[in-house]
Amino acid sequence: MEARKLHTLELAAAKIRSLAMDQVYTAASGHIGGSLSVADILTVLYFDVMKVDPENPQAPDRDRLVLSKGHTTPALYAALALRGYFPKEELKLFRSIRGHMSGHPDMVHVPGVDMSTGSLGQGISAAVGMALAGKIDRKDYRVYAVLGDGEIEEGQVWEAAMAAAKYRLDNLTAVVDVNGLQIDGSTADVMPSEPLDKKFEAFNWNVIHVDGHDLAALEDAFAQAAACTGKPTVLLAGTVKGKGVSFMENDAGWHGKAPNEEQYAVAREELRNRVRICTDVAAVDSMDDAVEVLEELGLMDEEGEN
Amino acid sequence: MGEKIATRAAYGKAIVDLAEKYPELVVLDADLASATKTDGFAKAYPDRFFDMGIAECDMVGVAAGLATCGKKPFANTFAMFAAGRAFEQVRNSVAYPHLNVKVVGSHGGLSVGEDGATHQCCEDFATMRSIPGMVVCCPCDGNEMTQAVQALIDYDGPAYLRLGRLAVETVTDAIPGYKFELGKGVTLRPGKDVTIIAVGLMVQKALAAAELLAQEGVDARVIDMHTIKPLDEKLVLRAARETGCIVTTEEHNIIGGLGEAVCACVSAKCPVPVLRHGVEDVFGRSGKAEQVLEHYGLTAEGIADKVRRAMELKF
Repeated sequence: MEARKLHTLELAAAKIRSLAMDQVYTAASGHIGGSLSVADILTVLYFDVMKVDPENPQAPDRDRLVLSKGHTTPALYAALALRGYFPKEELKLFRSIRGHMSGHPDMVHVPGVDMSTGSLGQGISAAVGMALAGKIDRKDYRVYAVLGDGEIEEGQVWEAAMAAAKYRLDNLTAVVDVNGLQIDGSTADVMPSEPLDKKFEAFNWNVIHVDGHDLAALEDAFAQAAACTGKPTVLLAGTVKGKGVSFMENDAGWHGKAPNEEQYAVAREELRNRVRICTDVAAVDSMDDAVEVLEELGLMDEEGEN
Repeated sequence: MGEKIATRAAYGKAIVDLAEKYPELVVLDADLASATKTDGFAKAYPDRFFDMGIAECDMVGVAAGLATCGKKPFANTFAMFAAGRAFEQVRNSVAYPHLNVKVVGSHGGLSVGEDGATHQCCEDFATMRSIPGMVVCCPCDGNEMTQAVQALIDYDGPAYLRLGRLAVETVTDAIPGYKFELGKGVTLRPGKDVTIIAVGLMVQKALAAAELLAQEGVDARVIDMHTIKPLDEKLVLRAARETGCIVTTEEHNIIGGLGEAVCACVSAKCPVPVLRHGVEDVFGRSGKAEQVLEHYGLTAEGIADKVRRAMELKF
């Protein structure tokens, strides 16, 4: 990946993390740990890989994303707001009775959400349905399903995995955000699911290991997935739960908990500092097309503010 | 009274007949195509038929995904697995986003017969009608089913359709000008002393009960309430006002189905005695379909008994 593009994507990711944190703090509830682990994956998808048009969120030929691990919607809502689907101010109503930014993704009320999710294991089936519709209609859109590594304990995931292979859905890419933690502890303790690669291979999927925080590697992996024919691809994306906030990293306790005021102050400073650094770095390369795109979207305007 | 045909057979024919007119119609099944009667569609339109294997939860989710892309999916399996096993997928993946998926549960009720309690779903009306925005429909005969499928394919939203395994007499074709309309019950027989509100194959038995009661001088109205949700409250309340008592009958647990829907309506808006006839909160058992129905009192005589008791309760 070109350095200038990388820097702009890093900035987008930093902003997503910062906005996710603000949502969870403002709502005093929500799932911050997984939102931070999935942020880079969503960044690469929404700001690089996916063909979408925020002006026309229902375009029939658009790429689609199902956040099957729906509880990490703070990251999704942040990505959608930054991408221009709706004003960032809406994020202040995350989980609020006064708005429609529900605690899990809501396709009816939130522009850009392609599927209502939240009950684990269900989103991947909907993604299979979308990919199947693409095959029926001979369209070339792609479908992305983002799952958690705890989520794959749900049997329905494997039902969907069989179906995707049966119908040779090479227009479907699943990403498992492998952060190794779930509510009750480590996935290895709660319900060991490794070896994930061998499991998906046995289900006739193309399997790619990738560092879920390496934006360039993710871009490459998505390109490999798109190039694979005859079978669906899964990216096993190694991530750190709570990524970007020192005291949240690799701590299952931050799965579904909001920070208190003190903790938020520290987290905000760390995340906004990252935004500032990324802004500076990206600004140096402001000739880049990607930067211009982000500028048009208003990402570069605010000197680290959200 | 016309020919005997199972509603599942009429359904299977209807989806084939409508396939040309509705290119967005796609059919999913979970390894039961020969029983749910989607096999005709599978043969005629193999590119629009998807056998999802014995994986009902995934099937419902896939149907939801197809619906987001403009398809009109009909997802088929036994009532037990559609409305039971996949309940939460119907609720969260289909109904919550109000997607245009038709969940079709064949082999509803006790008349499954020999397979016994594990497959005799008497709870599907209850689970499906408890979901906001779901239409719940169970036609009584082949003629009504054919028209119901047409109505459901034109209806843009989530719906549950129950099919029966057993061949049943066609009764609605004898009604002059009969036209199926979702949410509108049909008065099959006029009457002034009591109203029997029936659904599914209990409609035929309700008509037979009305004959029995006529011999005793009781003039029973019979309503075919093919749509349990939304309930035709207007028709129910008129029956309450005009006949002063109601008996509901359904091949379903008396908890959560048509009977309770009618009770809720009547108690709030025109309180009169309502007795519920159906499966008395027990599991079914194996046997020939008619034997099982008889064992649990789901007969014309069983309905007539309830009517006699309801008449005693009249104000």
